[in-house]
This record gives sequence, structure tokens and C-alpha cells, in this order.
Amino acid sequence: MTDIEPDDTVDARGAACPGPLMDLIGRIRSAESGDVIRLLSDTDQSLTDVPEWAEEAGNELLAVEELDDHNAFYVEKA
Amino acid sequence: MTEHVVIVGGGTGGTVLANDLADRLEPELDAGDVRVTLVNDDPDHVYKPVWLYVPFGQRELGDGRRALDDLVDDAIDLRIDRVSDIDTEARRLRFRGNSPPVGYDHLVLATGSTLEPDRIPGLAEAGHDYYSESGATDLRDELLAFTDGDLVLSVIGTPHMCPAAPLEFVFMADDWLRERGLREDVDITYTYPIQRVHGNPHIAEWARPLMEERDIRTETFFNAEAIDPEAETITSMEGTELEYDLLVAIPPHAGVDLIEEAGLGDDGWVDVDRRTLEAEAAENVYALGDTADTGVPNAGSVAHYQAGVVGQRLASEIRGRPATATYDGKTLCFIETGMDAASFVEFDYENPPSPAPPSEKLHWSKLAYNESYWLTARGLL
Repeated sequence: MTDIEPDDTVDARGAACPGPLMDLIGRIRSAESGDVIRLLSDTDQSLTDVPEWAEEAGNELLAVEELDDHNAFYVEKA
Repeated sequence: MTEHVVIVGGGTGGTVLANDLADRLEPELDAGDVRVTLVNDDPDHVYKPVWLYVPFGQRELGDGRRALDDLVDDAIDLRIDRVSDIDTEARRLRFRGNSPPVGYDHLVLATGSTLEPDRIPGLAEAGHDYYSESGATDLRDELLAFTDGDLVLSVIGTPHMCPAAPLEFVFMADDWLRERGLREDVDITYTYPIQRVHGNPHIAEWARPLMEERDIRTETFFNAEAIDPEAETITSMEGTELEYDLLVAIPPHAGVDLIEEAGLGDDGWVDVDRRTLEAEAAENVYALGDTADTGVPNAGSVAHYQAGVVGQRLASEIRGRPATATYDGKTLCFIETGMDAASFVEFDYENPPSPAPPSEKLHWSKLAYNESYWLTARGLL
């Protein structure tokens, strides 16, 4: 378990690829610099999509938490 | 007691459903046991796929408009009005102005997508689109005057209506400019928010080599952050800046505010069970088409198939039987790959798309379907 406190959570469980990444990008758009957004996704594609995009956009992927039936991604807006 | 079904939205989903119910519930409607009301804020039904052809001078706006009164069965009560409030506890709708509220037993939300260009600084001023009537005619004028420079098509908002249309536009623009002897003087660039050229990986894999063959440049992981209309540049969240002479953009989309105000979902999309299309936050409420947050494309074919499912489910419920019809994610799309060739895809929740080889036959099939769409709206096809 991570002790990171997110500023906002995007629950994209059930959304098909690329829904979770697009949902995350949408929330990051409206976030302030330094905000941490937690993305919940049960699509395996997110395990590659999210790190690739975070690096491309210069945002930091702080942690990926593996939970029972989904993953939680913590992304800090640059 | 008469059961009242209210459908909000007279686009493809709402209109097909109204006519489906007129047919399916004919005995109950004749006996006065059921009443169906279709509410739309425009007396016309608008068929948006026509707009893709307007910038290239192949269709006029009038080709995409018909009076709802002519399309909807006489057994349906057509109300031209705008809903201002949905109360799912009291099962009641309010309308703008002072007209009295209307109760419902079954509510179907088919309010569709709206454009929100103001979310991106500079977009409303500098961007052109073919996702609205005024946008399509303005873009036609711009294209006619455009003889050289950088044409950038940027997909900004997702989900957006007709996910294939951005690819279609650049393929058509490429062909149209070649036919006019201008292509060598125009650079075409296509941008997309994720690491592929389309949300669906199978369509992206098919489209990318075609774009390379046609010398259509691509910028992926490009999420437009701001547009500078004076400098004629578009900048992404990822730090890329592109210069443009003509900017065609797919603006951010949202549903109507009513949905969020009623607690049915975020950004105007109703949270639904993606198979039954029932709203998750309220009873006796369905959503279909763009309005239903199912993760499938915002496409007319989806609204059409979903309308059939909701029609069957409503008929079962009204007749006191368990509703068993479900939506399987079925989606059909023709994809123009030029001015006289097209591909075709068909897919659902379980089976991915496999785009057909582009052909003239498929192009004419698309145009023929667009002409016969009015039979679909009437519930005949």
C-alpha cells in the first residue's frame, strides 16, 4: 500500500482502452502543477500507456499500486 | 392508467427509438394504455455525417436536415421544447419557460454531444471544424481559398462524435488537394492524443501505413493545450509546437448539463450498465447513443442498435415481462480513404474490427447508406 495522498481520483474501471488514459489526461488538464491524480484502471494496457504518456508529457508517475482486480496509478502534474 | 414513456433528444437514437416504439407498442398506443413523447429543442432532425462532405463541396447543410414531424410516426407525441430539469426521484421533467412539469414512468435520455471549444485557449478563434453546421461551411470557404502551407488536423477532444471522421478528413483532403494539383504545396499533419493514430489499436494499425503512403505526417501523444491565433501555432501538453496555416480541430465534447445536475454521470454522459443501458444512479431511466457512457464509439450505428435494444426492453417492462434484450457493443462504420474509396469496419464488445481493403464499391455503399439514412430514422431500415 502506498501512503501517497492524491488530490483527485479518476475511476476508469470498466472503461476499455484507451478510455483510462484519456480520462487521466482530461483530469490532468484541469489540475494544478504539483497535484497528484490517482487513476484506477482494470485494463492491462494502462500498465504501458500510462508510464509512456507520463514520460512524454513530463509528468511523474510516483507509484503503481497492484490491487486485487485493478491497478492504481499515481501521477503528479509537472 | 396510461404509462408515459418520455424520450429526450431527437437525434438518431431518440428518433429511431420513437418509431420503434410506435411499431412495437401499436396495440397499447391505440388502446391509450401507453403514451410516448419525444422531446427535442429543434423542430428538425439533423443527420450529422453529412457535414464531413460539406467542406469538400459535395453536400449542402440542407441535405442533413428534415422536419422531425415528417420522420416521426403520428402515434408519437412530438414536443419541441427544451428540458431544464430532470427529477428522477419524483419522475418529473421541467421545461424552460413556465410550462407545467411532466411526469414519466420510463425516461430515455438521448441528448447527444455538444462542442466545447472554449476549453482550449484560442481554439474558438482559430480552429475550424466539420462537427457543426457553421463550422462545416466556414471550413468549406477556408479550404477553397487554401492553396499552400500547413494544414493541421488536431484531435483534441475524446470521446468525440464519429471516431473515424478525423482519419476520413485527412484522407479526403489529401485526395482532394491532389486532384486540384495543390498537394505538393500543402503539408498535412494529423495529431492524436495517445501513442497511436486512433483509439482503437486495430484501426490505428491499419491507418498508419496508409497515412505514410499518402505523406500525411503524424504527431501522437499530442494533447492540445493552447492555440496562438496570431502566431498560428498550436502547442501540446507534451511540449510540442506546430505551425499551421489552416487548423482543423476536433473540439472537446461534452453532454448536456442536465445529466450531471440530475446526478446521472459526469460531463453530461450517463453512467449505464453497458449491456442493459439502464442508468446506474436512477430507476426507470435509460440512456443511449453518445449520452450512454458505454465506452463504444459515439456513432450513429451505435445509437441505432441501442435504440432497438431499449425499445425491446421497454416493451417487455410495459407488458410486465422480464426485459432480456441486451446491447453487445455492435458498431458499424464506413471509413472514407479518399474522394472515391472507403473501408468498412464492424465490431462489438468481444470481436475487434478488421478494416476491409479500401474500394470504390465501399465508398458508394457509404454514400448510398447516407441517402437511405432517412429510412433508418423512420424505423424502416
